[in-house]
Amino acid sequence: MSSQPLDPRRLVGVHAERVTDVSSRDFPGHYPGEDHSWNLQRFKKNLKVKVQRLSNYSIEFDIIGVDASIANAFRRIMIAEVPTICIENVFAFNNTSVVVDEVLAHRFGLVPLNVDPSLMEMRGPDDPPTDRNTLVFEVDVTCQRNPKAPKGSTDPNELYINPEVLSSDITWSPAGEQAEVFADNAPAPTNPNIVLAKLRPGQEVHYQMHAVKGVGKDHAKFSPVATASYRLLPYIKITKPIPTHLAEKFQKCFSPGVIKINPQTQEVSVDENGARKDTVSREVLRHPEFADSVELSRVRDYFLFNVESESAYRPERLLPEAIKVMREKLAIIKQAAEALREKSTLVDNDVVMTDV
Amino acid sequence: MVLDFNNTWSLRSLVSIMTEAAEKIKLLRSSPDLSAATYQIHDESHTIGNSLRWMLMKNPKVEFCGYSVPHPSENVINVRIQMYDNLSSLDALITALSDLDKLCETVEDAYIKDLRENKYEKWEEKR
Repeated sequence: MSSQPLDPRRLVGVHAERVTDVSSRDFPGHYPGEDHSWNLQRFKKNLKVKVQRLSNYSIEFDIIGVDASIANAFRRIMIAEVPTICIENVFAFNNTSVVVDEVLAHRFGLVPLNVDPSLMEMRGPDDPPTDRNTLVFEVDVTCQRNPKAPKGSTDPNELYINPEVLSSDITWSPAGEQAEVFADNAPAPTNPNIVLAKLRPGQEVHYQMHAVKGVGKDHAKFSPVATASYRLLPYIKITKPIPTHLAEKFQKCFSPGVIKINPQTQEVSVDENGARKDTVSREVLRHPEFADSVELSRVRDYFLFNVESESAYRPERLLPEAIKVMREKLAIIKQAAEALREKSTLVDNDVVMTDV
Repeated sequence: MVLDFNNTWSLRSLVSIMTEAAEKIKLLRSSPDLSAATYQIHDESHTIGNSLRWMLMKNPKVEFCGYSVPHPSENVINVRIQMYDNLSSLDALITALSDLDKLCETVEDAYIKDLRENKYEKWEEKR
């Protein structure tokens, strides 16, 4: 990154008390004699997408060569518009626990479920529940004294049977074709150890619940991600050689792994892949001896995404799902725009049919 | 007794369903030849607003483009487009929508291609 010089137009300057060149200016007419109009071939050539790290819950990837409005659209859709399945309706049969119905119902709703949303349909406000759009769950837990509790024990887990209502107590009741559709992966909470209520002997909790498909903009429980964020790649340019006796002090102004010191010559340089580790804390600019020897910036079109999945989606599936939602939205708007164009040309040509 | 804690369909989603039945795009005001017009897009937000604005501004025939969310309680955006040479802003809008779709497709293809190459660091996250 630091070896090849970057186009200075791509940089957002980070100074001690201000940022500069924040907005993108790659629009037609901004630079005289340059063509900045939309060109798919040019975009394809400049675009780079790189997956950096992937775990069972999170993914880090870079999108290089897109505008902030596009990167932000993907981020916003991952948070608010990629659908998931959550408990939405709760029916209480019995609850003698100390947690009141509405609080417990809310807690049921927040439990993440392992159901693949592509296997279910969205249920509209007037639609009846069917096996395609609703999953039924049940919780029936009664707490009792444990007759075999060791003498003198004070541990509720030894003294009582079922001292807690856990997310693992939420059991699924298949209906219709669901037993077949969900044969590989029976619907259940992703985490079996969430404590939903505490019970003492004689207390009982009995609920039935309906889970439906929804999106995060309706209720945050439907959001498939714990975090979905991006930052811009930091870019550090050393403009003057750092005196060897200050090399270590200079290195300590940055995050670990950002600045390299040559062990023989004590020469200071920016690590090839280290810039992305920097926080751009601007600590280096606080020292007058360094203020003139370094320029801090970020690359305006270099997005480092970090996405943590908290749903049935595997983390690498979230971006494609977000793009799918975006394209569906665009298709709906385009259809409406074309209908509007159809209507307006009809009016222009006076071919609107009226009774003669 | 069966108590139903039905918190389905918040006001926001009810509003969005009501508007969906109506038109998705409304022409708020325009010059007769549509060279300058404001379009109201229902049930959309900054997500579409800002990216659509960017794509429209990439068109050299667009003199001005801007968008706004008039009020947070209404789930709509207003997109203002003004064209050079008395061209139709509606044509520019439709072109921008197709271009944005191709952009999305390109990003998705590049992402899937890179994912298949398997060149990323894999690690196990404990819960």
